[in-house]
Amino acid sequence: MSVEFCGLRLAHPIINGSGTFDAIAALQAFGEGLGEAFPFSAYVSKTITLRPRAGNPPPRLWETSAGMINSIGLPNKGLERYIAEDLPLIAGFRTDPAAGAEPLEVPVLTNVMGSTADELAELVEACDAQERVAAIELNVSCPNVATGLDIGADPAELERVLAAVRPRTPKPLIVKLTPNAADVPACALGAEAGGADAVSLVNTLRAAALAPEGPPRLWLGGGTGGLSGPAIRPVALAQVTAVAASVEIPVVGMGGVQSAVHARQLLDAGASLVAVGTENFRDPAVGTRIAAGLS
Amino acid sequence: MSLPAAAQAPRGRRLATITAVRELGVYRVITVDDKDAPAPAPGQFAMLAAAERWGGGEDERPFLARAFSVARHERGASQFLLEDVGPGTARLCELDVGERLWLAGPFGRPFTAPEGRRRAILAGGGVGIAPLAILQDALEAGGVETVVLLGFRDGARVPGAELLRGAQLASDDGSAGHHGFVTELLERELARDGEAAVYACGPAGMLEAIRALCERTAVPAQLALESGMACGFGACYGCVVPTRDGGYLRVCVEGPVIDAALLERVEEHAGAHA
Repeated sequence: MSVEFCGLRLAHPIINGSGTFDAIAALQAFGEGLGEAFPFSAYVSKTITLRPRAGNPPPRLWETSAGMINSIGLPNKGLERYIAEDLPLIAGFRTDPAAGAEPLEVPVLTNVMGSTADELAELVEACDAQERVAAIELNVSCPNVATGLDIGADPAELERVLAAVRPRTPKPLIVKLTPNAADVPACALGAEAGGADAVSLVNTLRAAALAPEGPPRLWLGGGTGGLSGPAIRPVALAQVTAVAASVEIPVVGMGGVQSAVHARQLLDAGASLVAVGTENFRDPAVGTRIAAGLS
Repeated sequence: MSLPAAAQAPRGRRLATITAVRELGVYRVITVDDKDAPAPAPGQFAMLAAAERWGGGEDERPFLARAFSVARHERGASQFLLEDVGPGTARLCELDVGERLWLAGPFGRPFTAPEGRRRAILAGGGVGIAPLAILQDALEAGGVETVVLLGFRDGARVPGAELLRGAQLASDDGSAGHHGFVTELLERELARDGEAAVYACGPAGMLEAIRALCERTAVPAQLALESGMACGFGACYGCVVPTRDGGYLRVCVEGPVIDAALLERVEEHAGAHA
């Protein structure tokens, strides 16, 4: 069942969505044995930024019909401490034998976000220098503070940013596409033209919730947030189908996947890998269960 | 004496069967068979979701599992204290003996024993009294002198006090014990003998009053916090509370039991899913 993705050999096609599984906290909760029975064939880190971020003020969560909205705000300890403290702890895991595939080492895909092309380039260059980083995922669901354009929602801006970042590393560059764009396949084509090795989608859908009591006001501390979970699965299926039909590069599909049936649908839609996100919160071993269901 | 260290959870959620249900006023105590998991330490919690019909309630919810402190653990079975306050707890309260639920955990940082020869004062309110029961069991088994102070809103909730032994009561409506707040009982106890360690769990307003009192009287306090959380094991970063140093801590992995000195104040619970 092993699969090849951007030159990496993975035990199976199930990985995690960025920000939905904290391997270091999980080692504490589930014990060191997790490292020899990892639920994903590749580990995608939380989004790392140049400088530390505390994240958004609470409340950060809202449960919806068949899903949830999060407004976490990308808390992370910043590039320097990620490399020094976290990377050594999250490298070298092996996939869970219960996935039904020959266990293989779990490569680390580091997700980074910058608010200018220069910031992204600096992050990519730093990841390039780290042997433990196998590939880099670019979170472009944010405005470019230099140009004011939403990087991930504007095909031409995305191509320009990728072209600036691409020369900084020979490692696979995966662009995480936002679903909050008028023409997502055009954005994917922009990423491809700029030199991306793969695209991943869908990120969360912009969403809001009102406070349950009192005068009407936005509930989440960050204002709006991102909707995820089974509520968005049909949207993900449509966008993954459209993008996979548009680009030549591999596609990582995600959005509301809870079972091997859902994963199979995204693979059939043209995805090379499937990422599990919100369902990890409900079942920390769901990655292994889905991979086993595919085998 | 020392209290047990945090138990590590099995890697996945598991189906567990309810073996007993007891009603204490508006509360329900369910006993869940969980023999294959390590025994939780006092203060640890589990994520629970009904195995059937989880979803499809009010607003097509619930979706996420709900966090509950382990109230007691005996012979491989954990007890949880439930109150119907939302679509998740409503569904869990419907479950009867023989029905099954998904269980993940035990998670989180537990209570630690009082330092030196301090006695333990356990102060709690409402459904938040749950972790104080398993704590009382462990402290008394270790020979620590314990005082239990419990507060409830009204007479329909006072029967919850049966979860612990020998509690002094306070009630908002005067239906049992002291007519007022549990913090008033605590103030009296600390005035009598301040050589104590306080363990508290309950609504945010109560915890804040206890935190402030303990700060003023220089008594060490451990607070078991509550927060809406999606995962319970540090993945979602949704359950944070602000800390005194200007950052945030995750209630699920840096808590739920924390040293009260870490907080500037206890904010209203940030989570809205119940």
